[in-house]
Amino acid sequence: MQWETVIGLEVHVQLATRSKIFSGASTAFGAEPNTQACAVDLGLPGVLPVLNEQAVAMAVQFGLAVHADIAEVSVFDRKNYFYPDLPKGYQTSQMYHPIVGPGDVEITLEDGSSKRIRIHHAHLEEDAGKSLHEDFHGMTGIDLNRAGTPLLEIVSEPDMRNAKEAAAYLKAIHSIVTYLGISDGNMAEGSMRCDVNVSVRPKGQEAFGTRAEIKNVNSFRFVERAIAFEVERQIELIEDGGSVVQETRLFDPDRDETRSMRTKEEANDYRYFPCPDLLPVVLDQAYLDHLRGQLPELPADKRERFQNELGLSAYDANVISASRDMAEFFEAVHSECGDAKQAANWVQGELSGALNRESLSIANSPISARQLGELISRVLDNTINGKAAKEVFQALWNGQGESADEVIEAKGLKQVTDTGAIEAMINQVIADSPAQVAQYRDSEPEKRGKMIGYFVGQVMKASRGTANPQQVNGLLKEKLDALL
Amino acid sequence: MHEKTLTQLAAALKSGEFSSRELTAHYLQRIDKADGKLNSFISVTAEQALKQAEVADNARAAGKAGPLAGIPLALKDIFCTQGVKTSCGSKMLDNFIAPYNATVVEKLNAAGTISLGKTNMDEFAMGSSNESSYYGPVKNPWDLTAVPGGSSGGSAAAVAAGLVPAAMGTDTGGSIRQPAAFCGITGLKPTYGRVSRFGIIAYASSLDQAGPLARSAEDCAHLLGVIAGHDGRDSTSVARGVPDYVESLNAPLSGLKIGLPKEYFGDGLDPEVENAVREAVKVYESLGATVREVSLPHTHYAIPAYYVIAPAEASSNLSRYDGVRFGHRCDNPSDLIDLYKRSREEGFGEEVKRRILIGTHTLSEGFFDAYYTKAQQVRRLIRQDFLDAFEDVDVLMGPASPTPAFDLGAKKDPVSMYLQDIYTIAVNLAGIPGISVPAGFVGGRPVGLQILGTHFAEAQLLNVAHQFQQATDWHLQRPAFAEEYA
Repeated sequence: MQWETVIGLEVHVQLATRSKIFSGASTAFGAEPNTQACAVDLGLPGVLPVLNEQAVAMAVQFGLAVHADIAEVSVFDRKNYFYPDLPKGYQTSQMYHPIVGPGDVEITLEDGSSKRIRIHHAHLEEDAGKSLHEDFHGMTGIDLNRAGTPLLEIVSEPDMRNAKEAAAYLKAIHSIVTYLGISDGNMAEGSMRCDVNVSVRPKGQEAFGTRAEIKNVNSFRFVERAIAFEVERQIELIEDGGSVVQETRLFDPDRDETRSMRTKEEANDYRYFPCPDLLPVVLDQAYLDHLRGQLPELPADKRERFQNELGLSAYDANVISASRDMAEFFEAVHSECGDAKQAANWVQGELSGALNRESLSIANSPISARQLGELISRVLDNTINGKAAKEVFQALWNGQGESADEVIEAKGLKQVTDTGAIEAMINQVIADSPAQVAQYRDSEPEKRGKMIGYFVGQVMKASRGTANPQQVNGLLKEKLDALL
Repeated sequence: MHEKTLTQLAAALKSGEFSSRELTAHYLQRIDKADGKLNSFISVTAEQALKQAEVADNARAAGKAGPLAGIPLALKDIFCTQGVKTSCGSKMLDNFIAPYNATVVEKLNAAGTISLGKTNMDEFAMGSSNESSYYGPVKNPWDLTAVPGGSSGGSAAAVAAGLVPAAMGTDTGGSIRQPAAFCGITGLKPTYGRVSRFGIIAYASSLDQAGPLARSAEDCAHLLGVIAGHDGRDSTSVARGVPDYVESLNAPLSGLKIGLPKEYFGDGLDPEVENAVREAVKVYESLGATVREVSLPHTHYAIPAYYVIAPAEASSNLSRYDGVRFGHRCDNPSDLIDLYKRSREEGFGEEVKRRILIGTHTLSEGFFDAYYTKAQQVRRLIRQDFLDAFEDVDVLMGPASPTPAFDLGAKKDPVSMYLQDIYTIAVNLAGIPGISVPAGFVGGRPVGLQILGTHFAEAQLLNVAHQFQQATDWHLQRPAFAEEYA
């Protein structure tokens, strides 16, 4: 039987507010346990929540970026359950009236095609604390630093049909929230994590199969792997005559499998009801217009502009626009050198390679966009050749010089384009290589093309790489052919 | 000294008749002598009170004392007080020392008042008789075999017995007005949102409101002026200016339109209580008010709606008492579930557990719409009843409670206890203010006249109550206990 996979994602994005969603405590990551939890975060008797307006603004910005309806009135509800790292015994969330209504996101797949994924809604909520099961003399430690950190939970429609689409969707969300600056998007620190709903159905069938929810998957790669495993598990189960049960599962990246956490029967009744301590959030048109006016150019718009106005390929445009930092770096390089294709090649090639090798983000690149732009300009105006350019790049990367010109000067990498000088070097090489010249002369004409490489190499070596390779090529061919 | 009202005490302190230290020591001595019989205090903070009194006296000597500086007060044990046990009348919080002050406490401290201690109350403010307290019942100083009312029973009894000039309480369904009525004092529940709830241990968040219990409406006016106002830490507190409640006390009442809700004079009302209330209304007529009957047609839905909404909110508010971070924790829990179950089983009393169960049930999947959603619809109708009535009249009057204080142990059945609040509960559902003033006695036990106004009409309520107290002396009557034991 042919199976079709149906995937929906719930993405939890930690909003980059300075303080928590309902208290004044800091949200900074990595502090000593329980040093960033105030009376409100601890759920002490008598404390009350006060909504952080910045969190609201961020949620609205996201909504506007995904063309969503923003609720005029949204309401916080309490989700009641007991857990040691949930101090109040309920999580304040938005169940019935979320702040962001239906919207959509365009994803781009590896083959360059694109697809629209619908967003069901996005709502604001507070994060819980963390249970620490390490060495506490057989007890569990509770760290409430994270309790009350603002989260935006973005719930998609079940519009994805394979793991690649799911990963592309997650990347698109990542890129939108980082463009907006509403999250650092750091998945390793848990700033972005997702629950994946997966089901399978016979191809052509309209009704959805029973889904499993895989909780807390925290990398793009794990999303793909978790889905791959889960799809296979469900298909096998059904083909062996079994049926999928609705349950919550956990992805174990070490064993590359998902495991059951709890079934629907064991699921909590969360007893949602409107939080009486918080007023409904009422937003007017002027507020929305104000935030709309502050939106930056978003990834989809940049991608389109890079393709249509700068002539980048769909692939290049997609890769470069995925990260705001990279896109802005590229734009700065482009404005310096004026050649979009070259700028894209260098940013994606030499620069990305070097950054990856040293695990640096583009924001921390040792080479500035301006330096790189200048370097490209020197290639374009034939001051240096491609080989020298790589050397200049390396020198700038290592901090040996302030600008491309300075390095070119210091290292004497300026390209030799003086025909007389090149001819002199060619004559010397021909004179020093009688055997190779004889071989060239005796070869079939169609093989000579390949053999010329040897002489080019020798001349470039003699010029310490500074001769213009096209000129060397042309002149060599003339000279050698004159010897025939 | 203790015969004086708070207003008179403030004048005496100002004129130098006695110092705050002398006054504070006097009340502490009375508490020491009499409270063994009353049980109105859970904690007495004598040392701290005397220190505060000294600070107040020094401020006065330096010419920096505010009008209420040096006045001793007591706080219901539901207000968080930094460094002082805040038990909420529960074993669950018997070991809880609050690390911060409630906004009301901060404001009272800033005004220079003195806190003598924390008063007894029904556990988590759930009760109408003060019998659900972990610290034992409070006695009514008018008759030690009677309850003082609840849940602010300790505050009411202490004021009535002259152990403190005034006290702070909270009112979720009548918990200021009913004990004030039972103890023959004046108690004001302000409009929801008038006084910050920050630092007040939550029972039912959409209904809870703090207010004063004192000897007179004038005393209440002084205190409300201190505690009212917007608080950035309570999203439900209303950003609205605080009028001078004292200044408007003497406005004449000629032309005042009084409405008597016919539903408040029906079955279940003790005829002698009704008489007392009708006599009080006659006093108003003599002061130039006109009286007409009005209707609040949804009154009989108030108790059922309240007993859906309040327990629902309570079941969630009380989830934080899980034995993990503070409060009672059972010995040697075998695992997490055992920790939760036994800590809560041991820490909460019967009435609290009953309401948690009710609330948990009404919020459950499959029952939510039938109970909670419906109750909220009823709540809107009840509110509308009041708003409609206030189109025609200025204030509503009726009994604060269908009977005078009942005997300790008399109401064993929870529903009969719940019916006690029939005249007070709708007021919380509507969010409007209400005041109870002494209006006579039945069988030696006080009767309270309840006066209701529209949202933020506290100044008018206090004016109307004060004018009654200028024309009558019910509020000046003292129980014999005040002299016999103290």
